[in-house]
Amino acid sequence: MAPVFELSGVKKRYGVLGPVDLRIDERETVALIGPSGAGKSTLLRMLNGLVAPDAGEVRFRGRPLPEDLAPLRRQIGYVIQGGGLFPHLDARGNAALVARWLGWDEPRIEARIADLAALVRLPEDALARPPSRLSGGQAQRVGLMRALMLDPEVLLLDEPLGSLDPITRFDLQEDLRAAFARLEKTVVLVTHDLAEAAFFAPRLVLLRDGRVVQSGSARELCSAPAEAFVERFVRAQRAAP
Amino acid sequence: MIALALAAALQIGSKQFTESVVLGEIAAQSLRAAGIEAGHRRELGGTRVLFEALRGGQIDAYPEYTGTIEEELVRGGPPLQALGLRATGPLGFQDDYAIGMRRDEAARLGIRAISDLARHPGLAFGFSNEFLRRRDGWPRVREVYSLPHADVRGLDHELSYRALRSGAIAATDLYTTDAQLRAGDIVTLLDDRRAFPRYAAVFLYRASLPAPAVAALRRLEGAIGAPAMIAMNARAQLDGVPEARVAADFLGIATAAPEGAPARIARRTVEHLALVGVSLLAAVIAAVPLGILAARRRRLGQIVLGVVGVVQTVPSLALLVFMIPLLGIGARPAIVALFLYSLLPIVRGTHAGLVSIAPELVESAHALGLPPGAALRLVELPLAARSILAGIKTAAVIDVGTATLGALIGAGGYGQPILAGIRLADTALILEGAVPAAALALAVQGIFDLIERAVAPRG
Repeated sequence: MAPVFELSGVKKRYGVLGPVDLRIDERETVALIGPSGAGKSTLLRMLNGLVAPDAGEVRFRGRPLPEDLAPLRRQIGYVIQGGGLFPHLDARGNAALVARWLGWDEPRIEARIADLAALVRLPEDALARPPSRLSGGQAQRVGLMRALMLDPEVLLLDEPLGSLDPITRFDLQEDLRAAFARLEKTVVLVTHDLAEAAFFAPRLVLLRDGRVVQSGSARELCSAPAEAFVERFVRAQRAAP
Repeated sequence: MIALALAAALQIGSKQFTESVVLGEIAAQSLRAAGIEAGHRRELGGTRVLFEALRGGQIDAYPEYTGTIEEELVRGGPPLQALGLRATGPLGFQDDYAIGMRRDEAARLGIRAISDLARHPGLAFGFSNEFLRRRDGWPRVREVYSLPHADVRGLDHELSYRALRSGAIAATDLYTTDAQLRAGDIVTLLDDRRAFPRYAAVFLYRASLPAPAVAALRRLEGAIGAPAMIAMNARAQLDGVPEARVAADFLGIATAAPEGAPARIARRTVEHLALVGVSLLAAVIAAVPLGILAARRRRLGQIVLGVVGVVQTVPSLALLVFMIPLLGIGARPAIVALFLYSLLPIVRGTHAGLVSIAPELVESAHALGLPPGAALRLVELPLAARSILAGIKTAAVIDVGTATLGALIGAGGYGQPILAGIRLADTALILEGAVPAAALALAVQGIFDLIERAVAPRG
């Protein structure tokens, strides 16, 4: 399969990240996993140019990231931790913002929003609410709608189940996996939770202190840990309630 | 706007005291009587403002005093002729410093001249603070006449007549054409050793003034005696007769009916709103981009905030006077001054609003693929709207108040009746300017509160 992202020797100063080599293929779902401070979010944000590497190169579809990142970013949906919804717009306004700016007509926007609301299972009445009146799970769903609005090829998610309560978490987890399956997009998500990573992604990339320690399925990480840290990480997660 | 309409006509200026306004009216009406179009820009300000306006050509003539010309205007500088200015001959009266006593008291003590005071060292004196301080005031008198008096108090000029009449003080300083002298119960003592400079009234005018206009002004030379001037001052100041009527009566001219109060207030409201509206609009156009720049470039931002902050510390009166040599008098310099004052609150509001946006929201806007300009317009500015509006509101309320000072340089507005009211000690006239100004400030505040509620982000 064709690579979507190729990272070679990327580095961020002060030991935050790198050097990292990583390849993410078309329609692959990859989970970046590791303890806090491992550099997961930094690595994710390098994929859409929110963080520029100090050394090395990030290639998207075989080309280095361009100078003008805005058009590229419209092909890469990004769901920020906590949703990052704009408080001056209601849920619909948040989802439609960029489409409006691009000059889509209203019927097209409405149709797209209706499809996406169905996909992420957002109740109709939540669309007219400001972010302050959405529940945590709803805000996360709206964030996903906003990221998917322009039908991007790639979806990046930073801790999509971050600060949610267990029941909301369970519901959203199921809905997200169903959505990923229907979308057939390249998905890269960041999580610190092994079970969650295993639930979503066939391939896990385990990071520690800014470096890739092991890449493989959850089963491989458990049965054939590349080093002692992987074993410790896996055992610590299992012991958690 | 008024200045434009009258651009072709000659402009007479006057200072902010009754006598100057009456003389300005007399000059303007004399010119009109001679068939020359002339306007009167009354109560423009103090000596400096009038002199600069005359040199700059915003006015063509104004009443001045020989002592002021010699002591303040040409001392150590080029003579009037070299500045392209001329003066008429004396108009016939002097407005000198003098020392006054109650007529009965002076007669009882046998005092006719200032030198007689030396024989009565026990008398209590009450002088205006300016007179006590000025080189040509009390220090000069005491030295020239070797006066030994120890009981010398500083008083407000307005109170000194009352103190004199009640007997609380025996002598005070006054001007020889004060309206209060009309009653005749107070005598001015003879300055027998010539301690005070002479302040003979003249008209200063531009050398370019057409000959018929010069001739009309010069016809007033020697025409106004001290008793006539005292009577006119008293009618205007004590009896509340409009200066235009006082001047017309002196010249024997019939006057048009004065403007009614509603029309007057409406005209000033338009003038005031124009000052505030134009300066505020210009300030928003300039200050919002400056605030954006300040938020984007940290170091440059500190410089921008510093510079607009320094502008804010310049006293408004000083700023207005600085504007005169550059922009003349009238609405234009006032608008520029108000514009400069409005910058700081708006720049600061914009800057504060932008830097306080949560970083993840700015990152979201960029991650969605909005170019920087669109992210600013669609996300950052709306999120900063509350803070920007608060800055504009502050600027607007300050503007409404500061614009009243515009009357000092002929910009009109609510300041005009306030200044005239202070000069005439007429509370009703002061309120005619102060009440609408306060109401306008409240209305502006209310309107912005409504806009804020409509525009600002929820939650």
